[in-house]
Amino acid sequence: MGKLFAVAVTVITLISAALFVTHTWWLPPDISVLGRGIDGQITETMVFTGALFVAAQLALALFVWQSSDGVATRVIRSFPGGATFMVVFACAIVSIELVSLVFVGTKVWSSIYLDAAPANALHIDVQAGQFAFYFRYAGPDGKFGVPHPELIDEGNSNFFGLDPKNDTAARDDIISASLVVPVNQPVLLTMHSKDVGHSLFIPELRLQQDFVPGLVIPVHFTATGITKTEVVCTQLCGLGHYNMRAYVEVLSRDDFAKWLVDQAGQ
Amino acid sequence: MRMKILACVTLVVLTTMALAPATPHKAGGTVTGKVTYTGTPPKMKPIDMAKEPSCAKQHATPVMNESVVTGSGNTLGDVVVYISAGGEAGAAPAQGVEFDQKGCQYIPHVLAMQAGQQLTIKNDDQTSHNIHPMSKVNPEWNKSQPPGAPPIQVKYEKPEFIPVKCNVHPWMHGYFAVLNTSHSAVTGADGSFSLTGLPPGKYTVTAWQERFGTQSQEVTITGNETAKLDFVLKATEY
Repeated sequence: MGKLFAVAVTVITLISAALFVTHTWWLPPDISVLGRGIDGQITETMVFTGALFVAAQLALALFVWQSSDGVATRVIRSFPGGATFMVVFACAIVSIELVSLVFVGTKVWSSIYLDAAPANALHIDVQAGQFAFYFRYAGPDGKFGVPHPELIDEGNSNFFGLDPKNDTAARDDIISASLVVPVNQPVLLTMHSKDVGHSLFIPELRLQQDFVPGLVIPVHFTATGITKTEVVCTQLCGLGHYNMRAYVEVLSRDDFAKWLVDQAGQ
Repeated sequence: MRMKILACVTLVVLTTMALAPATPHKAGGTVTGKVTYTGTPPKMKPIDMAKEPSCAKQHATPVMNESVVTGSGNTLGDVVVYISAGGEAGAAPAQGVEFDQKGCQYIPHVLAMQAGQQLTIKNDDQTSHNIHPMSKVNPEWNKSQPPGAPPIQVKYEKPEFIPVKCNVHPWMHGYFAVLNTSHSAVTGADGSFSLTGLPPGKYTVTAWQERFGTQSQEVTITGNETAKLDFVLKATEY
């Protein structure tokens, strides 16, 4: 029985490791400037933790195999330095690994969260609400109208609570139900929620960021490939969560300029 | 003896039938007219339903926001015209009214009913809706209605203009106009309305539009005549 268990542990370990090595279920191809760094980080994490996982499971299988002769009273004393040293050694190895991962990952993390968006970034204001995303562009005047949450009136398409009567900057703001961006241009999103926590996840852009009610959270990215994909909400936000999504379109610069003119004319 | 009783009962029944009016008389005054606007109405924007493909594909051209519906000659649609004072409210009609969710739109956009009248809400879409009438005077509720779910039956007991929204599709928007009268009409895009069967009396007729507010006029009905009454609402761009 013990030998059978040892074989099963070995087989499960090798199959699961192979699924990761061959990228059987993996993220879609990355089309973002920061994506390479994030993918590198994911790979490093997988290699480090994967190596430990495989070693630990195979060691478990080996010990089970060796102990499967039914001698229950055997005590393993052969580890150099004894049990205390073994536990301290294991903890130290895991700690060093975790700290190194954080240290190595800081560069990628800070390039997303600490570096400001480039000056030429296209600013898009994003609002999440049960159960849709809306995206706001400044319009021909280049200025955003000031949102007033108390003026939000979805039935009249005033999703952001703009005050076009008194605020001239708000009159030409473009509101879109899809996130449309030009290729190879930095984009700055300022993310806020109308009601509860939501999350914006665009796997192709390696972008996942929570919306927190009351906070305006900036994130920036640069898309490098023309595509049409989806943004989905990945924070359970209520009854219609499964249905909270929007299209993401990365257009050529010309097509994007045309799209903006089209939207401004509506 | 038995035959005699039967004959008596038959006689009484026949007499009653002869004396009572066969149907509630349709006769009475009529108020007809048109609702138009002056000024600049807001520009209605197309609705992007891309996130709900089962609805988006039902519309060949994008659906426009319906908070202001206009026709040629500055006519105004979706205006509720009703008797706001005068006459007797009477009991709610036995015939109910129906509100449908189709193509991720409310049909009709504005539904008039009398307080106490049966309201049936259907979902004709292949997606879940969550209908949420935001009443303040009547009890507020919101109910989820998946595809194929039975219609929701409800009655509003107090007069109120109730904005209706869908908690799943933010663009969906409509109104329940719960009135104290059975004499009401909702204008089409041509702005015309007709209130019929008004007994003689003095009435206040009110026109209500969700963005432009209300306007009232008085009219006196003396017999079976048709009174003309036009409303001109002041449109505001923002």
